[in-house]
Amino acid sequence: MSETLTIRLRVNGVEYERAVEPRLLLSDFLRESLGLTGTHVGCEHGICGCCTVLVDGATVRSCLMFAVQADGAEITTIEGLAQGGKLHPLQEAFWDQHALQCGFCTPGMLFSAMELLRENPQPTDPEIREGIAGTICRCTGYHHIIEAVKSAAQKMAEESK
Amino acid sequence: MKPPVFKYLRVASVEEAVLVLAEYGGDAKILAGGQSLVPMMNFRVAQPAVLVDINPVKELDYIRPQDGWLRIGARTRQRSLERTPEVAQKCPLLAAAVKWIGHPQIRNRGTIGGSLVHGDPTAELALVATLLDAELTIQGKGKSRTVGPADFFEGVMATRIDEDEILTQVSFPVIPPRSGYGFRELCIRHGDFAIVAAAAQITLGENGRYAAARVAVSGAGAKALRIRGAEEVLVGEIGSAQVLDAAAARVPGEVEPIGDLKGSEAYRREMAKVFVRRALEDAWSMVKEN
Repeated sequence: MSETLTIRLRVNGVEYERAVEPRLLLSDFLRESLGLTGTHVGCEHGICGCCTVLVDGATVRSCLMFAVQADGAEITTIEGLAQGGKLHPLQEAFWDQHALQCGFCTPGMLFSAMELLRENPQPTDPEIREGIAGTICRCTGYHHIIEAVKSAAQKMAEESK
Repeated sequence: MKPPVFKYLRVASVEEAVLVLAEYGGDAKILAGGQSLVPMMNFRVAQPAVLVDINPVKELDYIRPQDGWLRIGARTRQRSLERTPEVAQKCPLLAAAVKWIGHPQIRNRGTIGGSLVHGDPTAELALVATLLDAELTIQGKGKSRTVGPADFFEGVMATRIDEDEILTQVSFPVIPPRSGYGFRELCIRHGDFAIVAAAAQITLGENGRYAAARVAVSGAGAKALRIRGAEEVLVGEIGSAQVLDAAAARVPGEVEPIGDLKGSEAYRREMAKVFVRRALEDAWSMVKEN
């Protein structure tokens, strides 16, 4: 093991301080050092999108960032999406619309959809397709995912009225 | 699929970066957005001994119109190019091209300088830089130089920047009045690497004829290529479908595609023509409306 560096960061609102090897990927740090295994690791080279998390509010592929680079950052993983035991409207919509089968891509899909709706609260079907194109689903469940994003968009618009 | 051991150095200024590069030279690699470098390290295709993380270098994160140019710091994220209104106003072709780079998750991290130095032959930013004759400012310890695309892009994943240098700024000329542009890309799914991409910008003179024309393609050679023959056909002409056809017809003779699994040499040659024609159509429609 090479030398380690100490990093401090917040993950889902909790402060952590850990010594990490520079080569440790953020995805492996979240899963192995912090035990937050909701962040899924598929391809490990930035294609599948399953490991997407929020770093300072923006979606990032955690397999393409080193944990040392997250020093001082605020990170949200899928474990931090529900608030006070209440699912995020997107999570509820995914449940209602059967937008997952095996669930492997779901964390990445949810964060991609969240960022899309934050910037474009009423997206068209093509915009949703483009918005989630960075995450690959191998159960071929895209149709239901698009339905879920639409239904969540509607619900979120009603809630904000 | 795990990166090899490396020494990690975080720098906060260009000055610090060039000092570190001067010290470690060829053993060091700059880590900007990491969207190409980190996958290569995960595959162990790249095994730099030292990574110089320039993400904290805030002085390289800016978008500034100045003297007819749009000056962009090399560490500026691609998402900033997408979201900053000045980019869409001063250099709308750049704004249009950026949307084709990967996905939002990639653009949130990916930087303009990182993409240009990486030298992927199908990269959108390299195509725009080639088309518009962008100026690239490069700095080393006690030296600084500014070069154009012809002296910067060399070939597949090859750019002319020394081991002790860092790209600091990219400048694009502001779009002239009475101009139209087009950016077209062929890829299997949105966000995939381009098979072929084409960009064009045309400017009408007072007499209603094309006073200037720029045409370039990527994915049809070891780097993005200006199609000078097509530009010559357009300049001095009045826009018409026939003139655009004649310009596009010059494309196959001026490209040098490399065939691969995504497209044979012949397919890329043909698609380069088709996509140049479409980009020209977009550019022409825009100037017609004005």
